[in-house]
Amino acid sequence: MASLISCPHCGARPKEEFSIRGDAGLVRPAPNAGAEAWFDYVYLRDNPRGRHSEYWHHSSGCRRWLIVERDTVTHAVHGVRDAALSKLGGEPA
Amino acid sequence: MRYSALSIFLNGLRGNKGWAPAWRDPAPKPHYDVIIVGGGGHGLATAYYLAKEFGVTNVAVLEKGYLGSGNIGRNTTIIRSNYLLPGNNPFYELSMKLWEGLEQDFNFNAMVSQRGVLNLFHSDAQRDAYTRRGNAMRLHGVDAELLDRQAVRRKLPFLDFDNARFPIMGGLFQPRGGTVRHDAVAWGYARGADSRGVDIITQCEVTGIRRENGEVIGVETSKGFIGCGKLALAAAGNSTVVADMAGLRLPIESHVLQAFVSEGLKPFIDTVVTFGAGHFYASQSDKGGLVFGGDIDGYNSYAQRGNLASVEHVAEAGLALIPSLSRVRYLRSWGGVMDMSMDGSPIIDRTHIDNLYLNTGWCYGGFKATPASGFCYAHLIARNAPHQTARAFRLDRFARGYPIDEKGVGAQPNLH
Repeated sequence: MASLISCPHCGARPKEEFSIRGDAGLVRPAPNAGAEAWFDYVYLRDNPRGRHSEYWHHSSGCRRWLIVERDTVTHAVHGVRDAALSKLGGEPA
Repeated sequence: MRYSALSIFLNGLRGNKGWAPAWRDPAPKPHYDVIIVGGGGHGLATAYYLAKEFGVTNVAVLEKGYLGSGNIGRNTTIIRSNYLLPGNNPFYELSMKLWEGLEQDFNFNAMVSQRGVLNLFHSDAQRDAYTRRGNAMRLHGVDAELLDRQAVRRKLPFLDFDNARFPIMGGLFQPRGGTVRHDAVAWGYARGADSRGVDIITQCEVTGIRRENGEVIGVETSKGFIGCGKLALAAAGNSTVVADMAGLRLPIESHVLQAFVSEGLKPFIDTVVTFGAGHFYASQSDKGGLVFGGDIDGYNSYAQRGNLASVEHVAEAGLALIPSLSRVRYLRSWGGVMDMSMDGSPIIDRTHIDNLYLNTGWCYGGFKATPASGFCYAHLIARNAPHQTARAFRLDRFARGYPIDEKGVGAQPNLH
């Protein structure tokens, strides 16, 4: 895979600076959503062959949570954005 | 043709021109009783035991590449049954017993070598955990010995015993563990299944699962439609993709695991040694190369290759354990795609679709399970009831609250 991840805050950094949390597409259900919704969230995965968005933490850098869009077959990185900022609706500068 | 010392001798006299192919290359029939998707170790073992033990011979194994192109040809060949939990332990011990009789059973030299597996420990807490594991193994009738520092030093004097961070205090040893020639396992099972009438169809990719009134009636493949009574998935690395064709969503993530072989060396390590604290394990092949690996790369991947960062990480861990490795050259590396399940344990079960069966989630421990996985899966397919040692490997165990979390890290597949 690409050895560099372009952190929107720090620039291109070696991917060893990051820790990976996994699928960024999962939406945490409400506490009372029921067993089935929670089973789905905790255990089931789309696990796509192709484009996949996932949480990467720049743990040895700016310590921001990022959403990395990556191809699981070619390992190409298609985009990196700040997780919190993009959830607030604004893209980082 | 049965292989024997005499057949080798006679063929040698005749210039080795008398050998026939070990299995046929048949065209697919329009319909089979059972179709197995995936011609890897588990798929071939399933076909073999279906034919041999359960009398189901109208079987096809469909493989998208060539035999041995998946994880059966991409692993570090280790076999062991040093498991703690009641759901796992008897199953892996069944596998170990099948390994012990495998070559006589399928008349093929798989080079089963019970050279022992040694798990090192480096702290009081780790020693206590291994003591508990060893006791659990012995209670289940599995061999286990707790070795102290001196005993490990006698066995493997070249380890770095006074490593500042992970001083070696001892190890849990399973003498019956060891290694097996992985490709020969695939070839032996393929030959055994083929000789009992199973059609092994390679270069045949499954592209769709056809259903009628909810039931599976066959598969679309790159060689056309093939009908079946029962469809058994054993497509490690691609389980999500294949199950998706039947609308089945799985508790699986695909991750890549790398392994390495060094240049050939004189006899050096006569056992399998694992350094869990540093993510490294090694053994020496019969050709002399050190075979070693570490952890999965940690992010979802369908690529049968890894990256240099893991190469470096494994090399560092290896050097920390065996300083003399600093002068050893890597010969080659490879990566296999693992079906990482959410609790680190496998799934052998029927699905909610009546004639669709599932075998997946072996994480990076599928090779040692090959015989028992095939045997129990064949039992399930033939009798529609789980084999008693695989009863815990249900697909619905996550929803019911019975995960088999051997490592105790929760629903986090990249940590198992």
